[in-house]
Amino acid sequence: MKFRTIALISSLLLLTACSAAPGTWGWYVIDPTTENGWTNIRFLMRGFSSTIQISVLAAVTSIILGLLVALPAFAQSRWLRLPNRIYVEFIRAIPLLPMLFWVFYGLPVVMRSMGINISIDPFWGAVITLALSDSAFTAEIFRAGIQSVPKGQAEAAQTIGLSRAKAMRYVILPQAIRRILPPLANQFIYIVKMSAFASVIGMQELTRRANELVVTEYRPLEIYTLLILEYLVLVLIISAGVRWLERRMGADESR
Amino acid sequence: MKDVSKWYGDFQVLRDISLTVGTGEKLVICGPSGSGKSTIVRLLSGLETHQVGDIHLHDANKPGDIGMVFQSFNLFPHLSVLDNLTLGPIQALGLSRSEAETRARGYLERVRIPEQAGKRPAQLSGGQQQRVAIARALCMEPKLMLFDEPTSALDPEMIAEVLEVIEDLAAEGMTMICVTHEMGFARRVADRIAFMDAGEIVEIGQPEQVFKAPESERFAQFLDKILKH
Repeated sequence: MKFRTIALISSLLLLTACSAAPGTWGWYVIDPTTENGWTNIRFLMRGFSSTIQISVLAAVTSIILGLLVALPAFAQSRWLRLPNRIYVEFIRAIPLLPMLFWVFYGLPVVMRSMGINISIDPFWGAVITLALSDSAFTAEIFRAGIQSVPKGQAEAAQTIGLSRAKAMRYVILPQAIRRILPPLANQFIYIVKMSAFASVIGMQELTRRANELVVTEYRPLEIYTLLILEYLVLVLIISAGVRWLERRMGADESR
Repeated sequence: MKDVSKWYGDFQVLRDISLTVGTGEKLVICGPSGSGKSTIVRLLSGLETHQVGDIHLHDANKPGDIGMVFQSFNLFPHLSVLDNLTLGPIQALGLSRSEAETRARGYLERVRIPEQAGKRPAQLSGGQQQRVAIARALCMEPKLMLFDEPTSALDPEMIAEVLEVIEDLAAEGMTMICVTHEMGFARRVADRIAFMDAGEIVEIGQPEQVFKAPESERFAQFLDKILKH
């Protein structure tokens, strides 16, 4: 908590100090006291809603996808486990930007060849790509979390007559979730930052709006600085949420 | 249990084990580590499978009929003591919560820790945790209780409280198979003692008889080693 406050305050101080040096900085572009500056700020800030919507939808989809991919990893049979490994290794190997291009420009072509006529708008292109790309990592987080529960727990559940599904539901997952949630939350921060890539396919989120404003105002330094601060605020809010979650779970463990 | 053999890969852990335990009988299995004694109880509890031979469990027909107590307790750390006990009866036997709780409190009384029902396992001593684990198995009203070195993970001063609970259970007529190195306990409780080595039952008989005059050299050496201190 302390560290975050210090980080935020010191970065703001740094900015004020820099702005004092004449000739290098032109804060007037985003000066809220002028009409033009205030319009610019509002234009930039409107990107929050798209960034947040894309991130939340992608994170939720990624978690569902990740759990579905992770579960076969616990099958007895090698052949059932194989799809899990292939999916994780394959998806993890694709860089985000090429995957975004492929989904946005390529996927509609593939679908059309199969007789399904869809067009993917930038919003859903970004959501699908981020969810897909992230799901390989969420799947690994689920797998590691479930595997971290000692084997004796499943054995004890079996000896008191619980089926495999009930053992998972009442014994394994409640214990695994403590180890799954913190890295999952970190993954969410990663998604928020990676959502900036949506700007290259025309999504008007935070980064795209900053780019557009830079083109008209030609003050990249100030505008991109504000952009970074926008992401900083988002991430700090999320990480405060994560800390709160971890503390609550920690307290829960020792109760 | 007839002519049972089991391998881990190439390694044979059990060689042609044949064993019958009658209702109400108390069998103690002892032997050096790696002799296969834990494997026998793990097979009977259904936690492992064997490759050759037959295992037949009479009157084990509902979930939890074979109760198991582990060396490392394996209590569920995220649940209270009471919830540890009621999980099986509610989820596997279909009891209502209030029925299960009445039953659970009854068994906590039996293992002499009724006052700990609301605590988490981590807040209990090792001896208390193991008694909760015994109560958890009893809540399923098992026909046979298996103990896999129930006191091996305990500090010496806690061993007695756990053994007393098991002895009470024995006195009430529970059928049980217990893997243990506690020879005093074995002598008091067991109807028969089996000595295992290298995957075989080397010797089996009444405690008085086997302690006084072990037939095999290996058992005599084993007893000599563990009774020395």
